[in-house]
Amino acid sequence: MTVASLTAAVQQDTASHGVETAAVEAVNAAHRRALFKKRGKIHPKRVNGAFRMTKWAMMALTLTIYYVTPWLRWDRGPGAPDQAVLIDFPGRRFYFFFIEIWPQEVYYITGLLILAAVALFLVTSLAGRMWCGYACPQTVWTDLFLVVERAIEGRRNDRIKLDRAPLSVEKVAKRTVKHAIWLLIGVATGGAWVFYFTDAPTLMGQLLTSSAPSEAYFFIALFTATTYTLGGHAREQVCTYMCPWPRIQAAMLDEESLAITYRFDRGEPRGPHKKGDTWDGRGDCIDCRQCVAACPMGIDIRDGLQLECIQCALCIDACNEVMAKVDRPRGLIAYDTDLNIARRQQGLPTRFRFIRPRTVAYALILALVSGVMLFALLKRSDLDVSVIRDRNPTFITLSDGHIRNGYTVKLLNKARSQRTISLTVDGLSGAALTAVGLPTADDGSLQVPVEGDDLRPVRVFITLPHELVVHDSMPLSIVARDEAAARPIKVQSVFLGPKP
Amino acid sequence: MQKIDSATGSEIRSHEWDGIQELNTPLPRWWLWTFLVTVVWSVAYWVVMPAWPMIGSYTKGVLNWSQRDNVSAELKLTAQARRPIANRLVAALPADIESDPQMLEFALASGRAVFKDNCAPCHGSGAQGFVGYPNLNDDDWLWGGSLGEIEQTIRYGVRNANDKSRFSEMPAFVKLGTLNRTQVADTVEFVLSLSGQAHSADAAGRGSVLFAEHCASCHGEGGQGDRTQGAPNLTDQIWLHGKSRIALTTVISNARNGSMPAWGERLSAADVRALAVYVHSLGGGEPEPGQ
Repeated sequence: MTVASLTAAVQQDTASHGVETAAVEAVNAAHRRALFKKRGKIHPKRVNGAFRMTKWAMMALTLTIYYVTPWLRWDRGPGAPDQAVLIDFPGRRFYFFFIEIWPQEVYYITGLLILAAVALFLVTSLAGRMWCGYACPQTVWTDLFLVVERAIEGRRNDRIKLDRAPLSVEKVAKRTVKHAIWLLIGVATGGAWVFYFTDAPTLMGQLLTSSAPSEAYFFIALFTATTYTLGGHAREQVCTYMCPWPRIQAAMLDEESLAITYRFDRGEPRGPHKKGDTWDGRGDCIDCRQCVAACPMGIDIRDGLQLECIQCALCIDACNEVMAKVDRPRGLIAYDTDLNIARRQQGLPTRFRFIRPRTVAYALILALVSGVMLFALLKRSDLDVSVIRDRNPTFITLSDGHIRNGYTVKLLNKARSQRTISLTVDGLSGAALTAVGLPTADDGSLQVPVEGDDLRPVRVFITLPHELVVHDSMPLSIVARDEAAARPIKVQSVFLGPKP
Repeated sequence: MQKIDSATGSEIRSHEWDGIQELNTPLPRWWLWTFLVTVVWSVAYWVVMPAWPMIGSYTKGVLNWSQRDNVSAELKLTAQARRPIANRLVAALPADIESDPQMLEFALASGRAVFKDNCAPCHGSGAQGFVGYPNLNDDDWLWGGSLGEIEQTIRYGVRNANDKSRFSEMPAFVKLGTLNRTQVADTVEFVLSLSGQAHSADAAGRGSVLFAEHCASCHGEGGQGDRTQGAPNLTDQIWLHGKSRIALTTVISNARNGSMPAWGERLSAADVRALAVYVHSLGGGEPEPGQ
């Protein structure tokens, strides 16, 4: 194809079963590759079909989750925020429905990220870039921006014409409206984002009366700008140039992973086909390039699996529409594997193997990490105790020769009400427990009141008569008991003294 | 005539050196513009902000911005913010400080900072002391361990030029010729016996007479010390200059009179008080007299 014919992008060939033929070429076509390439604008064509419907449903679902989540309420009792999902930076808490995570428990977030990563690996090894094609915000928002573009500027051919047309009142008006709506979507995106970080109804009220904190406006502006730029202008370049995942995903795929595949065993040799002509001795591909026209990445799936392909499956719908018109079976482009193409060429039946060592391994890791996370979550105590031994000086000799060690005991009360924690020493007979500013009870324990939702550090001293210091390092545990008689928490530490 | 390189699509420049040709790959426009903007920015920066070093000074810039001024302004603001509670700390009775959690927290935090800045060189960063410098964690005090006594010791110091300084002086018994070496050795044996260390009973018996004559006026009949004179308790397990025979001989022969500056001359009243609260909290603090 020559450059001249490329520029004649709007071309119709109605001779072939009334199928529109697009004179479009893949943006990454082999002979156009260069070290540096100017971006060619892509005008994806709207298609209809099962995958387009699935993508509409996914768009509705993901956008609903994004916009509705901050408005869900969850009663945590008085004094606590009632927002179901809230990242409270000033209060240093993360709330997720019944889960409340403190900064010390950031490993839950790590666990969640590991789960998300392994789930991504599993899905990718099963069916390719499902995430990119259906759920990635870049894909969803670009799709949303395209809806607006289509509504204002019309179908693919109209959009190409408008791009070429000289400046006119109509063009300016259409562009202005389009960019205004894009910006509005950007504002709504950034506006929803900030609700995750503070009480949504309060902030909404402040935003409506222009009295919100300046951070809110800053982040709304920031996310408006990024949404508008990435969804409206950068689009496929984000996936091709900015995102690391296309490079990483190759490591998850093997020859049995499903991928959107042009079945060249069925399609080749390709070429235009006139109604009434025989289909013998040729492939089913009539080279109408509807798959290329429909592609939001602007590539040609018939070149095979490639880095740019986000696996959105819109070319499947485009091709299926054409196959219906030319009265050939659907599925010339479909979820398939290169291995199956090779098998069919050898006369073997198509085979899908979803249970493979790779997928089993990913599933096992997923199950293991989920199990550990669940265990940790169920075992989660609302009292945290940590003990820091004084290291300078390591021990003190008192005037009567007794040896004293100092410890800082940090009591973290994750409950909402004040409670009294009883501290005792275990495993070191003859040890006396004292603290600065707290009386020692008759039974030798320390009763420490800790406010609800608070951390209280207590400096405690353990004193041992010198004749009982039989070793220069003796293990002991500091035991914290809740008055509500929950499981006591034991923290291991040591008692240091002079070498006897 | 423009020649195009087939591999890259770039123009080949006309010049050639030893068969080596150059491709024309201009800077990306966005990069070039960004660079030019930074050049303009830097010139504007010289005008607005301090930039060029001069002899003995530097260009101040029209904004007259100074990091040093900012820091001192911030320090002033911090001091201002702390003034109410610092004033409250200074005005409070020593006995009331530790029962007021807010005041205690403030005193401990600032006391710790002041301690690390001023006291740690001698007393150690953990206040554990060294030979000749008392350990402040334990329950043995030379001049008293109540909050008020500690504060007075810090404010006026020990054996310095301040009028109210804590003062006492142990004689260098051998240097002054009061005792001879044999007498010192006998006294050392007696002192060893006071804290239950191994000693020669005969020598200690002779030493007890010398002790009663020369030492008891300050250290007490039984060697239990006297805090009004800063005379150490000789019966316990804590020794400022060491408990060995050699250490004791040296102290009795030559005397050891340690000194501490009067910190009230250098630190604010609030800092001195915060220091006292901090030292009192280290583990050996005693209740106020009469409590």
